[in-house]
Amino acid sequence: MTTTTLGHKAVSPVAAGDTVAAHIKSRSRPALMWRALRRDKAAVVSIGILVFLTLVAVFAPLLAPYDPLDGDASQRLEGIGTPGHLLGLDGQGRDILSRLIYGGRYSLTVAVLPVLAAAPIALLIGMFAGYFGGRSGNAVMRVLDVLFAFPVVLLAIAIAAVLGPGLSNVMLAIGITMVPYMARVVYTATVQESAKEYVEAARAAGATQAQILRQQLMPNVLSPLVVYGTSLCGLMIVLAAGLSFLGVGVTPPAPDWGVMTSDGRSVLLEGYGHVATIPGLVILVAALAFNLIGDGIRDALDPHKQTS
Amino acid sequence: MTEPLLRVENLQTHFASELGTIKAVDGVSFDIPRGGILGMVGESGSGKSVTGLSILRLLGSRNATIAGGRIMFRGEDLLTKSEAEMRAIRGGSISMVFQNAMTSLDPFFRVGEQLVEVLRLHQGLSKKEAREKALNALELVRIPDPVAKLKSYPHQLSGGQRQRVVVALALACEPDLLIADEPTTALDATVQKQIIELLQEINQELGTAILMVTHDMGVVAHMCRTVAVMYAGRIVEHGDVADVLRTPQHPYTRGLMASVPRLRTEAVGEGHVRQRLYQIGGSAPLPLRLTDGCAFAPRCPEVGPECWEVDPPTVASGAGQEAVCHRRAEEKAALTEVVQHVGA
Repeated sequence: MTTTTLGHKAVSPVAAGDTVAAHIKSRSRPALMWRALRRDKAAVVSIGILVFLTLVAVFAPLLAPYDPLDGDASQRLEGIGTPGHLLGLDGQGRDILSRLIYGGRYSLTVAVLPVLAAAPIALLIGMFAGYFGGRSGNAVMRVLDVLFAFPVVLLAIAIAAVLGPGLSNVMLAIGITMVPYMARVVYTATVQESAKEYVEAARAAGATQAQILRQQLMPNVLSPLVVYGTSLCGLMIVLAAGLSFLGVGVTPPAPDWGVMTSDGRSVLLEGYGHVATIPGLVILVAALAFNLIGDGIRDALDPHKQTS
Repeated sequence: MTEPLLRVENLQTHFASELGTIKAVDGVSFDIPRGGILGMVGESGSGKSVTGLSILRLLGSRNATIAGGRIMFRGEDLLTKSEAEMRAIRGGSISMVFQNAMTSLDPFFRVGEQLVEVLRLHQGLSKKEAREKALNALELVRIPDPVAKLKSYPHQLSGGQRQRVVVALALACEPDLLIADEPTTALDATVQKQIIELLQEINQELGTAILMVTHDMGVVAHMCRTVAVMYAGRIVEHGDVADVLRTPQHPYTRGLMASVPRLRTEAVGEGHVRQRLYQIGGSAPLPLRLTDGCAFAPRCPEVGPECWEVDPPTVASGAGQEAVCHRRAEEKAALTEVVQHVGA
């Protein structure tokens, strides 16, 4: 191959440009990701479930057959299928279905908002520490290690105790406790990706640090964070329930799913299992849906799985 | 004599380590003329890659400092440039191709997106113009079906195609100098040959000068005009490829030449005897340079007492070929004496 043909540079630039433009633009990245996500049946079903639960929570006053706080003592603890009360009644004679419908308002918010709030902070901290490393990066990670040393619940109680009870304070407390965990996931991914040659190649091509962080590293460290974040959503419902059980979370009469589960605990062994089991199952379904959506998004973010 | 495109003078790149200062590059000087190809060979750790990275000042994050010397590129010292000026040069007038084609491309972006980004960064082109030039760049590196490749993700390409894309990225902004850091090491033999031929053709057609960092003597023989042999942070021999490969002067270069595997066995005595591959004993030292003397002395078959104590002199032999060695200096002195005797 000693021929020296550079002649094909002469391809008519305008025509070539048009075809190229057409090809690159043919499918935008979000469109490709959506296509990949749609192929994942588990993710599609999960999205359906969460959309359904959210709509039910939003339109709770229209859908709930009874007042979630007002109980009928004469019918307390009656089981599934009681006439007029599809899912039975709890220890204070409140309709469990109505409480589930209203409970989504608390539980879904508690599941999603702290994670959404913590993710960008964790992303910044983790990428900074992972990319720049050295003394400042180490200092940041050691501070996070100190936070790791506290059990999650203890840390959340401490923060919630300072802030006072209430839903928004609980979410803030949970959000803060989640930052170190999420930041560590980002940190590890950043360290791994930074070592790859494309980062150095980007520097050799004249990119600034900010460009490398934003354009090269961020898309590549995002998928582990998404997977981890969605897996935390289910845990958040349970953690919030634990906090309210300890008196620093959602205040009891409120029909939070976690609170309902812990309410049912006292009568669980007396043959009234439905009080705790039904909200428990709803939490399980929601948590599973979050996880499956996370897996779906991870796959959709992966160029290997997007076929055009 | 016209000014060379790149003139590196007495470059010193040092690494801070727990063992002390490691002089990874210790007084390296060389020129690359416009359109020239210099091969830089040596073992792992000889400082050849660090030399390449030093030129672009890409050593920031590794405890490395450029402790001295000058890197004159088109008459300007790169070591006095600001970081912003260096960014304009990187990928613009000097670009680099790295060893590992598998990880040199960002897995998240399509080939076209990566090319367009580099072009827009350096040449401020509109998206449309950048796309046209991106296509030109892929055509330049002779990728089959370049229009389709623009929208491929790196993982959809073979190793050879990826390295072609990496070369296209490096050449997109028509640099004057391409630093190729072992660009063929991670590829299989037939693909290696293709990439080397590609680089040669680009050199001839665009006049891009190339600094070819490699440990492969075959690559040097195939494509370079001049060669510099590095050992423990110093250039021990340099000259035209033909001279250095045919009549290597430094014992290290001789060892390297002898340890290139050959396919043909040579007739020894009666029958054909499988030859043992020559091996230079020992291993390359950490360039800590605690004492004076030749760094190759512990492994040198021709070592003498002065080699351990005195830095060896530079000896010229023939047109531009120079080696740094006590033995060659002695031989040359002896030869000069003989010539003088004969003359007298």
